[in-house]
Amino acid sequence: MTVHKLAWVMVAAALVAGCGDKPQQDGGKQTVLIGQASPLTGPQAHLGKDNENGARLALDEINAAGLTLGGKKVVLELKSEDDAADPKTATTVAQKLVDEGVAGVIGHLNSGATIPASRIYSDNGIPQISPSATAVAYTAAGYKTAFRVMTNDAQQGSVLGNFAVTKLGAKRIAIIDDRTAYGQGLADEVEKAVKAAGGEVVAREYTSDRSTDFMAILTSIKGKAPDLVFFGGMDPQAAPMIKQMKQLGIHAKFLGGDGVQTPAFIQLAGGDAEGALASNPGLPLDAMPGGSAFKAKFEAKYGQIQNYAPYAYDAMHVLVDAMKRADSSDPAKYLAELPKTDYQGVTGHIRFDAKGDLTGGAVTLYQVKDGKWQTLETVQSGK
Amino acid sequence: MDIFLQQLINGLVLGSVYALVALGYTMVYGILELINFAHGEITMMGALVALAVIGALALAAPGLPGVLVLGAGLAVAIPVCVALGLVIERVAYRPLRNAPRLAPLITAIGVSIILQNVAMLIWGKQYIPFPAILPEGRHQVLGATVSDIQIAILVLAVLIMLALILVVQKTRLGRAMRATAQSRQVASLMGVDVNRVIAATFAIGSALAAVAGVMVSAYYGLAHYYMGFLLGLKAFSAAVLGGIGNLRGAMLGGLLLGLIESFGAGYIGDLTGGFLGSNYQDVFAFFVLIAVLVFRPSGLLGARLVERA
Repeated sequence: MTVHKLAWVMVAAALVAGCGDKPQQDGGKQTVLIGQASPLTGPQAHLGKDNENGARLALDEINAAGLTLGGKKVVLELKSEDDAADPKTATTVAQKLVDEGVAGVIGHLNSGATIPASRIYSDNGIPQISPSATAVAYTAAGYKTAFRVMTNDAQQGSVLGNFAVTKLGAKRIAIIDDRTAYGQGLADEVEKAVKAAGGEVVAREYTSDRSTDFMAILTSIKGKAPDLVFFGGMDPQAAPMIKQMKQLGIHAKFLGGDGVQTPAFIQLAGGDAEGALASNPGLPLDAMPGGSAFKAKFEAKYGQIQNYAPYAYDAMHVLVDAMKRADSSDPAKYLAELPKTDYQGVTGHIRFDAKGDLTGGAVTLYQVKDGKWQTLETVQSGK
Repeated sequence: MDIFLQQLINGLVLGSVYALVALGYTMVYGILELINFAHGEITMMGALVALAVIGALALAAPGLPGVLVLGAGLAVAIPVCVALGLVIERVAYRPLRNAPRLAPLITAIGVSIILQNVAMLIWGKQYIPFPAILPEGRHQVLGATVSDIQIAILVLAVLIMLALILVVQKTRLGRAMRATAQSRQVASLMGVDVNRVIAATFAIGSALAAVAGVMVSAYYGLAHYYMGFLLGLKAFSAAVLGGIGNLRGAMLGGLLLGLIESFGAGYIGDLTGGFLGSNYQDVFAFFVLIAVLVFRPSGLLGARLVERA
């Protein structure tokens, strides 16, 4: 290749790279890219698409209402990427979004994907708001760019522990976990909260996320006569566990976290599920301040809400709200405004603590009645 | 005392399921010196086939008594598993019978992965609930609770094991099996159809696995394409504990492993003052296994099928 030709190739490459890259300016109108990352393929694709739709709905509304930053009209554009719920893919996708020059990111969906990606956003100074990651580790890393609009596992655990002692009146509590990061983390938080509320942890037992036989640990627990058994883990273990409790004649109440509050739990445990209690972070949709209006808007455009769409919607609004206050879409400028967020969203009032966690996040408690999860009450954590 | 008794019952029930599955490992090993790693997956197949039949029957004829529906599930699952065992033996093991011993071991692992994936394709990744068709009678014995299904598992397991010992010791087939285990070549020179005997061994082992699979899913209330893996591993350990290749060893090993797990998980926390918890349940079980193997390398009862059966 001659030097002459090479020069032409370089010019062409520069032209191609210029298209759709970085904020564009034409006639006083500026395009700002906002990233969105969630699993858009695989078993959680329905949840990932739901997040994307929630973010897109907010973005379209903001564009329709018109946004002016720094005296210029701004049009937002959504860059949606598929992280396949996979930590490794999540980092690739995060780097891609950064390279494309997004001003901020809504995502990711899973804690496992959000945590490794958060480092890349932090290194590049790109603000990130996760609509749905609950693991404590996400904001514990201390990145200034990491925020979430969802209650974390520590908040959920403390609500659960408190609820068990003060509302359910349980004094003697047995705690079982499945030794996964999620189950163990939640169980540890519950244990702390139970002790703080004046309850007694009479047994701490362990199983695995593959076991189906809990007779031995349950028998041991039975000997300690607990009022309540808490399980930190998922429904495939919780269902046989509650069955075996009934079989052993343990009359203690059964309480679980969001891994248990699923339709599959009821399906697997059958009649024995009756009376079981479990929590889920956030509010049920119909109890959210803007729930019914959001539902109508969303369903008219995208169909049924799966789960986290309202959170993705709020996350987008929170991000743009900070841009408005800074009067700039430059991450370096509006990032300073994000911690000061005070926004009334669909899911509730959004404010962040020093770590970027939602303050006073809600946790809702449910109980199985007549073969269905029924809402018991919603607790604001930290109160 | 009631806690002790309860743990004893838990251990015996768990152990008798392990023993039934362990018998399948040990019979095949006794005759072929092959570790049939696909055996756990046959258990899983038995459970899922039976569940499919039970689910269909529960829909088609809701009034049928539970025991009958369960019987129908078993009646379909056993032949399916026997056929599966025969096909696996014919396709994956027989062509390699005179190959180095590592080769069939690898095909065994391959077959196990194939079966898992086939089950996942047919039944999906989710856990499948076992319909509540059985009476949930519970009895109090000296403060411990025993359910009908636990009694059924124990009684059935003991009956099956007794029948198996009778078959191996008193029938022509049993004699042929023992002869084949001693020396395939000599047995074949004496007029024993070695291929038939080996096929029969796989058939019996697979039938036992089907029964165990149905027991497990009825007992725990669910089934899953991956359930055979852990069960197979535990049962294999039980077979080694008792002395692989030895029928009574498998039974003893199964029961012992069940009891060790049960008492281990139940008492380890209290005995160590909370220093070690029930998360050491499996460590404890495998520690016992290693300790036994250090002092008796061929397992508690040692030796192979023939010498002691």
